[in-house]
Amino acid sequence: MNKLREAFNNKKAVIGFMTAGDPTFEDSIKNILALAQGGADIIEIGIPFSDPIAEGPVIQKANIRALSNGMTTDRIFELVGRVREQIDTPIMLITYLNPVFKYGYERFFADCEKAGVDGIFVPDMPFEERPEAADYAKAHGITIIPLIAPAEEERIKAIAESAEGFIYVASAMSEAGLTEQSKSELKYVIETTRKYTDVPTAVWFGIHSPKEAKRVAEIADGVIVESAAVDLVTKHGDKAAPYIEEFLEQLKTAVG
Amino acid sequence: MSKGRYGEFGGQYVPETLMSEIHKLEKAYEFYKNDKDFIEELTTLSREYAGRPSLLYYAEKMTKDLGGAKIYLKREDLNHTGSHKINNVLGQALLAKKMGKKRIIAETGAGQHGVAAATAAALLGLECEIFMGEEDTIRQALNVYRMELLGAKVNAVTSGTKTLKDAVNEAMRDWCSRTDDTLYVLGSVMGPHPFPMIVRDFQSVISREAREQILEKEGRLPTAVMACVGGGSNAMGMFYNFIGDESVRLIGCEAAGRGVETGETAATVATGTLGVFHGMKSLFCQDEYGQIAPVYSISAGLDYPGIGPEHAHLHAIGRAEYVPVTDDEAVDAFEYIARTEGIICAIESAHAVAHLIKLAPTLSKDDIVICCLSGRGDKDVAAIARYRGVNLHE
Repeated sequence: MNKLREAFNNKKAVIGFMTAGDPTFEDSIKNILALAQGGADIIEIGIPFSDPIAEGPVIQKANIRALSNGMTTDRIFELVGRVREQIDTPIMLITYLNPVFKYGYERFFADCEKAGVDGIFVPDMPFEERPEAADYAKAHGITIIPLIAPAEEERIKAIAESAEGFIYVASAMSEAGLTEQSKSELKYVIETTRKYTDVPTAVWFGIHSPKEAKRVAEIADGVIVESAAVDLVTKHGDKAAPYIEEFLEQLKTAVG
Repeated sequence: MSKGRYGEFGGQYVPETLMSEIHKLEKAYEFYKNDKDFIEELTTLSREYAGRPSLLYYAEKMTKDLGGAKIYLKREDLNHTGSHKINNVLGQALLAKKMGKKRIIAETGAGQHGVAAATAAALLGLECEIFMGEEDTIRQALNVYRMELLGAKVNAVTSGTKTLKDAVNEAMRDWCSRTDDTLYVLGSVMGPHPFPMIVRDFQSVISREAREQILEKEGRLPTAVMACVGGGSNAMGMFYNFIGDESVRLIGCEAAGRGVETGETAATVATGTLGVFHGMKSLFCQDEYGQIAPVYSISAGLDYPGIGPEHAHLHAIGRAEYVPVTDDEAVDAFEYIARTEGIICAIESAHAVAHLIKLAPTLSKDDIVICCLSGRGDKDVAAIARYRGVNLHE
């Protein structure tokens, strides 16, 4: 069975994120290990990009910190390799398509496989644009994780039926948190998705607190925590690891 | 492969959160572009409000002074709001209204697209928010105030290089979080499909008129048509109806900044490579890892690290030529056309004029060249004075 999917077995999954190289190469390794230590079921590692159009200010700044400290795509694989030596938690890379395209699809996914990456999420590679990379990913056993957003049922169906691993679910990407409207929108998306697949869903939403994580986990199979985790790096710099571990523990307890 | 391809270029590389909206836009546009009422409304607005058709002006003094090809200028600078940008925003704002949107957003570099969008919003009763790099709000402070006078809210973008590309990033982020009542009115022939097509169609009025006008005046087609290129909207407009006329050279003039060798440049065709950014596969200024490069030009409107996918395609198949023009050359041309023809054109347009000054003398008196003056230069006067070390006290 797909390792990413297994992470949802018999529990609500908590997925934690760190930008590779933020604030430095070594610090980000410590922080990623802290996510795992705190109980993250899947770890997402962001490849920093100069222009992350789907991210809010917290992760934009993390990207800039990482890039100005010399993070490159080559070093990502070195970093993942180092992390992989120490933990078995499934690892996903998150990046925009250009760094992958520029590195070369074949070379990128081959290096993913060597380093021990399980999946990849590319925000600016929607369903229609996936074919140009899909065969390379498949050949190296890397799962491309799709995103489902509020849409007509036909579209949700098409994406759900082709999904493997798990599915990112987004409402309108807002910093406002979970309002009643966004909650009912989420419910619609998740219920529609479940009509067509039993691949688990995790909400990509901007979950900032254990309380919010708990509410979201009542509807979805898992929660993704990105900017709230990165915010701890912004606040605590090279001393963020214990805070990250503690935050993940709280999230795990909250979602049960 | 997805829709909206020009050869290998184009596509729809945007977050899933925008896909449904982009499909809606595509459907609405396919319907309204053939809808009689829509066409009539837009034609009336273009004529009665924007002042179309724009003049095709015979630049006799330049022709004599440069001593080669006969020079015509397509006077988009005479449109309402002072640039070609009005052609596109009237179309898109009208489309937004038909789609039931209450609000439009737009990015702007020099401020010309922002002013045009704010103008269309005021006229059509839409809420309007403009995203503009902080750097550009300083370079083009007058246009910021102009947009505010027109009732728009201007957001100074402080992320990244604080210029046009960052304004596009921020506009996309805004649109991702608010598609229900908002249309992103993109200003150039770039971004995900259907924007490159929609903007090109609305701008193609430039070459539709120019082709008729030159046939009427001269009874034959020009040797070449030319325009400045950032994202490439006025160039695409100037080229489009001449693409099928194989004898007509299509020349795009890119902003080389301090020179293509210096790294302080925005000349995408000269220095860029294939990539995926801002929703499209095209040519971009970027490093070996695909990080988008900071670009530089004296012109805030050409200060963009990419080029529209249809331009990339015209370049790849050899149908259009793209040449770099430096800041120095553009400023010289800005002053030259002011003195010679009594026209203060936009610093963006001056990039095309600069190449025209080089090209015309190499051609014969039987040759005809049409150069698009995409905008007027009032907004640039203070910046040119600074460039020349003149201290203005207002």
